[in-house]
This record gives sequence, structure tokens and C-alpha cells, in this order.
Amino acid sequence: MTKKFFTTPIIKEDVKGLRAGEWVTITGTIYGARDMTHKRLVELIEEDMPLPVSLKGAIIYYVGPTPAPPNRVAGSLGPTTSYRMDAYTPKILDAGALALIGKGRRSDEVKEHLVRRGAVYLATFGGAGAYLSECVKEIEVIAFPELGPEAMFRLEVEGFPAIVINDIVGNDYYDMVMPL
Amino acid sequence: MSILKRTATRETLEDTIKDFVCNLAVKAAIELPDDVLTALKRARDHKEEPRTIHRNYHYKNILDIIIKNALIAREERIPICQDTGIDCVFLELGAGVGGSITFDIYEAINEGIRQGTKKGFLRASVADPVTRANSGDNTPSIIHTDIVKGSDIKISILPKGCGSENMSALFMLSPSVGIEGITDAVVSQVKRAGPNPCPPGIIGVGIGGTMDQCALLAKKALLRPIGVHHERDDIRDLEQRLLSSINRLGIGPLGLGGPITALWVSVEVYPCHIASLPVAVNYQCHAARRATGIISL
Repeated sequence: MTKKFFTTPIIKEDVKGLRAGEWVTITGTIYGARDMTHKRLVELIEEDMPLPVSLKGAIIYYVGPTPAPPNRVAGSLGPTTSYRMDAYTPKILDAGALALIGKGRRSDEVKEHLVRRGAVYLATFGGAGAYLSECVKEIEVIAFPELGPEAMFRLEVEGFPAIVINDIVGNDYYDMVMPL
Repeated sequence: MSILKRTATRETLEDTIKDFVCNLAVKAAIELPDDVLTALKRARDHKEEPRTIHRNYHYKNILDIIIKNALIAREERIPICQDTGIDCVFLELGAGVGGSITFDIYEAINEGIRQGTKKGFLRASVADPVTRANSGDNTPSIIHTDIVKGSDIKISILPKGCGSENMSALFMLSPSVGIEGITDAVVSQVKRAGPNPCPPGIIGVGIGGTMDQCALLAKKALLRPIGVHHERDDIRDLEQRLLSSINRLGIGPLGLGGPITALWVSVEVYPCHIASLPVAVNYQCHAARRATGIISL
């Protein structure tokens, strides 16, 4: 398959040319965050408090990994369903995130916000957490350790695969596959 | 599907159950059942593609990755999916064992889940519904008990990922809608779910009973291996009809398009009230995990 390769950090110019249906692979730093971390991040943003890391240009991956067994860098870590993050996503994009990775459809509000902020939503292989684990070179909890699998993680990845679902001109690849 | 077997005595039964459940929970999370793996391979090699659906040039590639994922999990002994689920435990208790249950059997099962979570490096995915505080060890599990004849204890564990569980639904239909209405409810639900529940999986359908019984029928339907139809001819026909209607949707693996959206449809039925037609859809993802074992006394 034809792929576009990305190395972090990314800037707006990098995601501008991406179109729904294109495959990308990512090498570099991405941040793992799911439901509870999103709630915490948005609370911090609303209270004007400092975030654990700057989200400017960040790639956010919706994931709650399994613990790594002693012989491995990481456990299983596929994407979780994205719509649960919809309520928090506009604020995460306002804080500067440029790419979001998960699986499944987004709300109209999120899609409009992606266009407004020049950011993209990507999907990776749902249910293929063992396969995706092989792309992870390093993983570390960077915030909210008390949330267990819902903590915020920093992941160093190499050749992490994803497909563009929502691009910056408002296309939705899921709609192109099967209009609702 | 390989079934684990074990013997126990009245004295060792409690510890045996704990240990057995622990092993079943780990096996279920790591080893995709053979019937599911075979069905995924069959989906990958599927030839015919209706022209009406979106052409997915990566169809085979995506299924190859899903298959490879299952093989990596087995080889590396890590979970197939990071969502190691909430454990649904189906307990079939032989009535002859009754006198030997001198302990809290539900607590023994939960202790097994607790140990399995630790031993298998499974994710803690169970939380209080209101406070969202994580229990940290996947307990309590969801336990359904049937009393059967004999002196065996059969335990099946279905670790249920909730990306797919959240795409499940219950419909209280009017009997007048008939088989057409049942079909429409199921297919529409799969369409609405779209890419969210990690297709292509198994669609468990419950028809009849009461609201609670119907949902349980749909869940129990997921225990049936792929390739095994309902014994009633009319229900087998319905299963086939639902499967082909679902696959005509073209949602495909991970919602990226293709001729296979579901690997299998299993329907379970139970009589219902003359005024009622409950239909439940329990969506199971492609990581359709389950493990079964029997303890003989």
C-alpha cells in the first residue's frame, strides 16, 4: 500500500495535504490518552492550569494499554472507540493537537472543529493491539498514574500505521465507504 | 474449540475453581479460538465482491494484519486486544455437585479472575458505574448460572470488549412486524454501529423471552462456535439470511469497506408473551474470545 511517512514533531503543513483514505505511518512521539485522561486534561484547560505536556502539534492516541509483561517493551495497545472522546476533543484541538488516532466515527462538531483547526483524525487497527505493540519502542506513564490504564502515556513508536478518516477539508472516509 | 478438563474432590473444589478460572481467563485473552481464526482466513480469501459496495484496495491486507495479530498474541503470550474486557462467566452447575459447594462459589470465581488478571498481564477494565473508580483487578465478573443434571461444573468465559458491547441494542418490537421486522432491526443496528465495534465479528441475536431474558439469549448466542447453526430449520434460515443481509452493507473489516462485515450470526430463541416480540443484538468484535472448561467431581 502507498503510505505517507511522518516523523514527529509535526506542523500544520504536514497534515494539510492529507486526504481521507490515505495511509500514513508515524515515527516518533505520540501521547496515549483515553476517557479519564481527557476529562482531566479538559478540567486543567478550563481552570487555566498547566498541562502535563504541551499539546502543541501533539499526536493523541486513544489507548489504554495492557501492562507490559517482563519480557516486552509494551503490552497490547490497540485503539479504543473515539466517539467517547468527542465531548472533550474541541478543547484538545484548541490546545494545539494536530492529529488524533482512534477508531470509529466522530461527531459533526468534532469534524467541523478539525477543519477549523487544520487537524486530522486517523484510525488504526482496532482489535490488533498485539500487532501494534510491535511498533512501540518505549512507553512511559507521564501523568495521572492513579488512573491505571486510563493514565496519560508517552509512546515512542516506529512505523505506526493509520488511515486518514477526517481530513482538513471536511471529508469523512467512513461516509465514503458507507453513507449513513 | 479445545475444552480444558480437570478433576477435583470435595476438599479441593474451591481451590480448583479459582485456579481453573484463572487459567481460563488468561487463555481466553490470549488465544483466539480456532473457529474464529479460520473464519477470518476465509473472509480474507473471499472472492466475490458486489459492485454496489465501496472498493477497498486494502481489504486483504487489513485481514492479514488481524490474523497476524492473533498469531503474535499466541506466540508472545500477550492479549489479542488491549481491551481484555469484562469477563462474562457462564456457570453450568451439575446438581450432583450441590452438596460440595460449601464455600462462596461466586467469590471463588472472582478470585480466579483476580489471579488471571495478574498472571496474564490483563488490563483492569472494570469500574464503578457512577464514580468510575477502577476496581483494579477486573472484579466483579458477570456470572450467569444454570443448574443442570450430572456432577460436572462447566465454566465458559467470554471476555467482552466494550467497543462492541456498546454497539449492542434491545428492541421491544410489535409481533406484527414478523420476520421482516426482526431482520430490519438487526441489520439496521449493525449499520448504525458501522466501524465502531471492530468488524467483522459475530452478531449474537436473541429473539423472545422477556427484556432481560432476551438480552441474555443474545449473549449466550456468542458462545456458539462459528459454523454451528441453530438446530431449528427456520432459525438456521434466519441466521443465513441475516448474515447475507449484513454482508451486503459493505462496512467491511474495521469499517474500511469490503464484502465481509460479519463472520457469523447466531440466533437463540425463547417463547414470549402474546403481546411481545423482544429482539436483542449483542455485537461481538473480530477478537471473538471465549474459553470453556469442565471440572469433574
